[in-house]
Amino acid sequence: MADEKTPVQDLVEISSEPLSLGKYVDAVRDARAGAIATFSGTTRNSFQGRVVMQLEYEAYETMAIRQMHIICAEARKRWPIIALACAHRVGIVPIGHESVIVAASSVHRADALLACHFIIDEIKASVPIWKKEIYADGEVWKENAEFFINNSTSRRSGSALHANKELDKRADTEKNDLSHET
Amino acid sequence: MDAEFSQTEGTCGRVKVLFFARAREIAGVSETSLGIDGAESSKTIKDCIDLLTKQFPGLEEIMSCIVVALNQEYADQSSLVKSGDELALIPPISGG
Repeated sequence: MADEKTPVQDLVEISSEPLSLGKYVDAVRDARAGAIATFSGTTRNSFQGRVVMQLEYEAYETMAIRQMHIICAEARKRWPIIALACAHRVGIVPIGHESVIVAASSVHRADALLACHFIIDEIKASVPIWKKEIYADGEVWKENAEFFINNSTSRRSGSALHANKELDKRADTEKNDLSHET
Repeated sequence: MDAEFSQTEGTCGRVKVLFFARAREIAGVSETSLGIDGAESSKTIKDCIDLLTKQFPGLEEIMSCIVVALNQEYADQSSLVKSGDELALIPPISGG
């Protein structure tokens, strides 16, 4: 179960308690780091004009933790990262609150920013967590467009992450995008 | 059809099956257990799924968009299962 690369310093959590950004920033804070990048996903109050009354998340917790560690390990392979943290909340999450947080630290900012972006995209693509939106007149289990089953090239196997080629492609694109900006 | 493996008894050869989200709501349970002591030896994930859809016919309608995980790892339906394995039905995810 312990993947070949599961760096102990990556903090990965599934929690039914409110997520505090400060906790994850502190977890990746490091004297060697010149940058800490974070991403917070927050719950929206509407979807295509419908008023969302409540959101509820459910996780296959053991696998979700395992998969997030795999994603962190993959990010470390791609960028020189000092520390990583990611957390997803489960249960009822009030509107406007954090459902997911990613934090990354690195010597230079581009690596932390890219890793952070990569990790949230991969969480949406492969970590077994589900969100139910409850409206005044019904409820819906949402589906991420990023779910790897929706990508035929990676459908075939459920290996560690999913299609590695796909990941490489995406990482390269992102690298280019970001280097142009900065 | 001739999935002869027992669903309720037997002390050895059992696979734990987990249901999540919509699959859980349809099944009405969050987990069950399948006996895999059939006549023929090796059973695949596909065999388990055939049995599950017989036991929970409502699952049929969502099966085309479900992936499976075997022991917390995404797996092909042709993978073999063995006693003590944990099989999970994973409907389209929506974390983030």
